[in-house]
Amino acid sequence: MSTRTKKPVRPSTEEREELLELYRQMLLIRRFEEHCDKAYRQDKIGGYLHLYIGEEALAVGFISQLNSDDRVLGHYRDHGYVLALGSDPKAVMAELYGKVTGLCRGKGGSMHLYDKEKNFLGGYAIVGDVIGIATGAAFTAKYEGSDRIVLCFFGDGAMNAGLFHETLNMAGLWDLPIIYIVENNKYAMGTPVELHSAETDLAKRASVYGFPSETIDAMDVLEVRQHARRIIDQVRQTKQPYFVEAITYRFVGHGAADITDPGSYRTRQEVEEWKQRDPIPNLANYLLQNKLATQADLDQIDQEVHQVVEEAVRFADESPDPPLDVLWEDVLVD
Amino acid sequence: MAIKTYREALREALIEELDRDERVFLMGEDIGRYQGTFRVTEGLFQKYGPHRVWDTPISEPGFISIAIGAAIEGLRPVVEVMTWSFAFLAMDAIVNHAAKILYKSGGACRVPMVIRGPAGPGKQLASQHSHSIELWLAHSPGLKVAIPSTPADAKGLLKTAIRDENPVMFIEHPQLYLTKGEVPEGEYTLPFGRANVVREGTDVTIITYSRGVVLAQQSAERLKEEGIEVEIIDLRTLVPCDWETVFQSIRKTHRAIAVHDDWRYAGFGAEIVAQIQEHAFDELDAPVLRVAGADVPMPYNKYLERHAVPQVDDIVAAVKQVIA
Repeated sequence: MSTRTKKPVRPSTEEREELLELYRQMLLIRRFEEHCDKAYRQDKIGGYLHLYIGEEALAVGFISQLNSDDRVLGHYRDHGYVLALGSDPKAVMAELYGKVTGLCRGKGGSMHLYDKEKNFLGGYAIVGDVIGIATGAAFTAKYEGSDRIVLCFFGDGAMNAGLFHETLNMAGLWDLPIIYIVENNKYAMGTPVELHSAETDLAKRASVYGFPSETIDAMDVLEVRQHARRIIDQVRQTKQPYFVEAITYRFVGHGAADITDPGSYRTRQEVEEWKQRDPIPNLANYLLQNKLATQADLDQIDQEVHQVVEEAVRFADESPDPPLDVLWEDVLVD
Repeated sequence: MAIKTYREALREALIEELDRDERVFLMGEDIGRYQGTFRVTEGLFQKYGPHRVWDTPISEPGFISIAIGAAIEGLRPVVEVMTWSFAFLAMDAIVNHAAKILYKSGGACRVPMVIRGPAGPGKQLASQHSHSIELWLAHSPGLKVAIPSTPADAKGLLKTAIRDENPVMFIEHPQLYLTKGEVPEGEYTLPFGRANVVREGTDVTIITYSRGVVLAQQSAERLKEEGIEVEIIDLRTLVPCDWETVFQSIRKTHRAIAVHDDWRYAGFGAEIVAQIQEHAFDELDAPVLRVAGADVPMPYNKYLERHAVPQVDDIVAAVKQVIA
């Protein structure tokens, strides 16, 4: 038994700023996407729109722990990754609006974001396919003898794609530096895990390829950050893959066009219960209770984020459509 | 110039490009220790080791997706498919990703890679190992398609393919691997989009590629005995395609037929016919005909197989029909 009681350590200024930055990033994703939802209903954003609302702690907790040359790839619910990586919100919003000033000059849209400068190597809209391409990015890190690692995000539905098992097998065979992160938000679109996966312990299901796998709670950004540090360090050191089942929950429908949720496949009560675990107010409370921030500090962040989103919206609104020449560009490199 | 087989020429191109650029690596099923089903990669694992020559599990979607990821990160993967018939498993990776990443990223991410391997009828390989695939690939914007007929072209086009900044689908033919021809030593590249007038003639133009070129040459020899002079155009690459050389020839001969192993219905021959009628209609003295594979799954039986793929007799008959 310990003979002395531990005095709470006062966090350093650095630590305090880091926590406020996590808060700012999660809030930015939340407010940015709340606007997206509105813009979708105004027909300013077209096609399909999949929001990350509720899952922010995962992207922010993990991505905040990367080195600047590490790579991130994700599936089509991808706004959170680029914003956490520091992509210009103006260029992201403009892409969603289909404008020529967007990240992909208006040719990718919500499901196909790329930001090579920030090392986001793509959102992929065929369920499961990001797993193969991200594994290729990890292959390259190994081939080049680099220290960089790859984060690969996908949903629980993707674990039923053949490609998942094909590429995890190769990553295990070849010792590729990649962290596979399944966002287990309980549903593949509207099908619950219990109805799409014969083994509902997804970490167990991924455990046969010769590298570690574990389940983490991804609703608490501080917990995610702690796991991320440990796992990223381990992968960088061992150069072996790692599988993470991140338990999370989306507070909104599968897609913004989804009008039957809640009600059809999950109850309103279930959604409300999960909202008690909303990572953003929970972090705010933690910061206030531990005197890491005052309400005024948080209000100021709120104000700043509001302004960033407003600017992004104005920029997207005022940007032009791509000129017709763009239709024919980038089919092939000349 | 040395006489080499088509597969030796391919191997020479691989060796030269592996030596030239460290980013080039080979990947595929049984290409290393086993040295390749058609032995194109014979000796390469032994020479370059596992860092440059990767034996993969039987996972076409998996290793082709990995190669795409490696390509967007700047490597130069050269992937072998044991036969292109198996690449149907990976058509999602090829069409949804390799062909579209440049476009959907607004030009930010390039996919410089090659997928190569045999396609087309071999000898009694039956319905699942005999597909021609060029049409499926040429149909998708964002891919280049090369389909050589001679050892020299095989070398020159493969070297160009490996240096290209785009995904290049490189289609070899199982019946050509042992054919021989002169192959230039050392640095020899052929530009894409330049057809080869293999034989000059005045009466009919045969537009073809791959094994069709061999059949066309045999047909031309027979027709010459009857005083018919055939011009043969080997397209070499279907994307990009050198239509101007085709139209030029038709301005001379005013008659044309398209020849390929692939199925006739909606095959690449249909594109050839359409291009000619759109751009050289007034030059034509007869309808453009197609000599192509029978629209059936490839049968196993030798006699039936013979009737499912184009023969010299079919081409000779078609030429006489357009001249009549």
